[in-house]
Amino acid sequence: MRLGIDVGGTNTDAVLMHGRRVVAEAKTPTTPDVTSGIVTAIGQVMSRHQAGEVDAVMIGTTHFTNAVVEARHLMATAVVRLGLPATQELPPMVDWPERLRIALGHHVYICHGGHEFDGRHISELDPAELIRVAEEIGRKGIRSIAISSVFSPINGEFEEEAGSVLSSALPGVAISLSSQIGRLGLLERENATVLNACLRDLADHTVQAFQGAIGSAGINAPLYLSQNDGTLMAVEQARRYPVATFASGPTNSMRGAAFLTGLLDCAVIDIGGTTSDVGTLQHGFPRPASVAVEMAEVRTNFRMPDVYSFGIGGGSVVRSDGALAVGPESVGYELPTRALCFGGQTLTATDVAVAAGLADVGNPALVRHLDRELVRRCLNLIQARVAQAVDRMRTSAAPIPVVVVGGGSILLGDRLPGASVLVRPEQFAVANAIGAAIAQVGGEVDQVFTLGGLSRDTAVDSAKATAVDRAVTAGADPATVQVVDVEDVPLSYLPGNAVRVRVKAVGDLRLEAKHLATGG
Amino acid sequence: MRLVGESDVDDIAVGAAVLGTGGGGSPYLGKLLAQQAIRKHGPVKVVDASEVDDSALVICCAMMGAPTVVAEKLPRGDELIKAFTTLERYLGRTATHTVSIEAGGMNSTTPLGVATQLNIPLVDADAMGRAFPELQMVTPTLYGIRASPMVLADEKGNTVLISAVDNYWTERLARSITVDMGATASIALYALSGVQVKETLVRGTIGLAQELGRVLRDTRAAHGDPVTAIVDRLQGRLLFAGKVVDVARRTEAGFAKGSARVEGFDADTGAFLELQFQNEYLVAVREGDVVVSVPDLIITLDLDSGRPITTDEIRYGFRVAVVGAPCDSRWRTTAGLELVGPRYFGYDIDYTPLESLGMGTAGGGT
Repeated sequence: MRLGIDVGGTNTDAVLMHGRRVVAEAKTPTTPDVTSGIVTAIGQVMSRHQAGEVDAVMIGTTHFTNAVVEARHLMATAVVRLGLPATQELPPMVDWPERLRIALGHHVYICHGGHEFDGRHISELDPAELIRVAEEIGRKGIRSIAISSVFSPINGEFEEEAGSVLSSALPGVAISLSSQIGRLGLLERENATVLNACLRDLADHTVQAFQGAIGSAGINAPLYLSQNDGTLMAVEQARRYPVATFASGPTNSMRGAAFLTGLLDCAVIDIGGTTSDVGTLQHGFPRPASVAVEMAEVRTNFRMPDVYSFGIGGGSVVRSDGALAVGPESVGYELPTRALCFGGQTLTATDVAVAAGLADVGNPALVRHLDRELVRRCLNLIQARVAQAVDRMRTSAAPIPVVVVGGGSILLGDRLPGASVLVRPEQFAVANAIGAAIAQVGGEVDQVFTLGGLSRDTAVDSAKATAVDRAVTAGADPATVQVVDVEDVPLSYLPGNAVRVRVKAVGDLRLEAKHLATGG
Repeated sequence: MRLVGESDVDDIAVGAAVLGTGGGGSPYLGKLLAQQAIRKHGPVKVVDASEVDDSALVICCAMMGAPTVVAEKLPRGDELIKAFTTLERYLGRTATHTVSIEAGGMNSTTPLGVATQLNIPLVDADAMGRAFPELQMVTPTLYGIRASPMVLADEKGNTVLISAVDNYWTERLARSITVDMGATASIALYALSGVQVKETLVRGTIGLAQELGRVLRDTRAAHGDPVTAIVDRLQGRLLFAGKVVDVARRTEAGFAKGSARVEGFDADTGAFLELQFQNEYLVAVREGDVVVSVPDLIITLDLDSGRPITTDEIRYGFRVAVVGAPCDSRWRTTAGLELVGPRYFGYDIDYTPLESLGMGTAGGGT
């Protein structure tokens, strides 16, 4: 069985799953030390089961995101960029907020190395130069280094070489390589790498605490952490690349909700009190955002799920003087005191839903006086906004199934334009933990190919093979690995037919022999 | 004369991306580079074309190559200065001003760095009034002005001087050298006299870009409609509002070509608009009728925020407003259309000025 745990800012949830079935679930408050909350949650789901029945433990956490947002528990970090003589005009951390720059110390070095778009070297790596940098880093007592190199997503050899030079000069230092973290776009990829590097100590402590919590429950099974693209990473990888957990929360929530409905390709809409979030899943995975994503005011380009938010929720204020409007103003958490149906003075979206008989919340008598026509128009407006948001996120014109979750989901009736079906899953309260438990293992490629003599198909095939290899290396069962996403975009203003290819492959986690032996 | 400081660059970069008609590079990098230079060397003096002395020497500078590559191999910082001063040495004269070659997210702000480092003013003008993909596609070409002598420089210290028989050859040679230099190069070209600046360039585009950026920012802050604000300022037309339902891309003769199909809503419900692009948006066709074509500006904006959307990023689901705006009148002459008209880009259509075209409801176009 798989044990999925979601450590959120407020609650820690756990589910025990046997195949596709949820065997047990628990929800407890997250504790300041994180560990005791996990121990409590595990205790609850395992109350009727043996520790030996657990084959793997998957944890999704917002711990690292919160550390960066709050600028707490971050290490002093050195940034070594390879690309001289290019790139000097925009040094590492050039556009960072002062608060984080201070927290990390702003120790930046630009050295020789880097590649051209077609694989030529910009300049050769200079080990002597790197050793001088290592000496200075050593003198400053810095224990974590982020390494970036121009066009390293095409060729990561310089980052790896520089990493080994620096770590032999500075034994025990933590090295983070940009080619392992982000895509094309040097500043954004490097930024993500620096965020990763400053979290390495916290990652060690956190992973250790997670392992301690599982161990104290008597569970002796491998631990995995959820990544933001909906796949898993093993503990060793998580220690080295904690940044990959950023935004795994919304991903797990979407995947968990979809799983509960049995859908692989769908839109998932989470209607909250003030805003709603829409995302889409393709083959069960969220589509990654194609534009830069800001993380605590730092521009990054890693695989964040593409989520569209808009200002409609259960607490949205309805205005009928002049043109009818619902939101973006909201009574938010004050809904239970300010909404009409709770005896308040403010007409909210929830009141409209109650008046229309869509929901049984508060006192329906308090909204019975509402004008039928107004109620009808409000609901139409809400439905149109939601439909528009779903429409925006779809990747083809065909109607798709829509999964609705969240407290504000009462605002929608049974149908939605553009939706082939509208589904409301049960057990949504622990969707994040389910999302963690069902996760697979993946591999990705994002590379520029120069098509001199090489056909586009050959380039795409080569990228596919690399992605599959990476998935298997990450722990996927080779028999189950499938390519789930292929995208190729020609580069503009560039003769010579260069094309950028992105491929993603995923497969089921290869479970330990004991699992196979017992046939569980 | 006025001064452009760090905070003004935000507006200029965004506004220039509007004028970039889907091409012209990343406003984010353009902005960062210009701000970095201004932080080091101080604000930039910007002058109107009318303030430029007849005997002045004004040199255009720009970045050439693939925006995707520029975002990876960032500049060393002195390439443009090197290209610029090498051209000065060849000409045997020191430039009095610099000027943008095009209006676009990257190249509108590129000369700001040169101006502040060399402490010379930037002329508020450019040579296209929008973005185009090739070097000869500038208004000075219409007056018989040569692009060369032209200098390309890279971060390694290489400089190449081109002296070509015409501007098509300059483009061709410069494109090959750019690829050898790693698909990006810093360039200095079109050495103009003050008289030529006044006669041949499109005036006021830096100020216009700044104003467009400010209009977008202000309208958003006031919860107004940014698209209408842009249309009003450019005296353009809102041609279509809808959702992108299909994007097809292909590489042909070294250019990223493609088309996007937009399904209309509101007044355009039931109709489709096809946007054809090659780095920039070049032709918009509604139900078989051309509603705007190059050289007029085809500007695609995010319907809600007014943010300009480039041809690299446009994809399924984007809700867009397609806006047409008149190009500089010189592009509408026979010589202008030969240089940048629809046929040059391979579209078998006659150019009709935006103002004379129907909105696609009746008649209009070919």
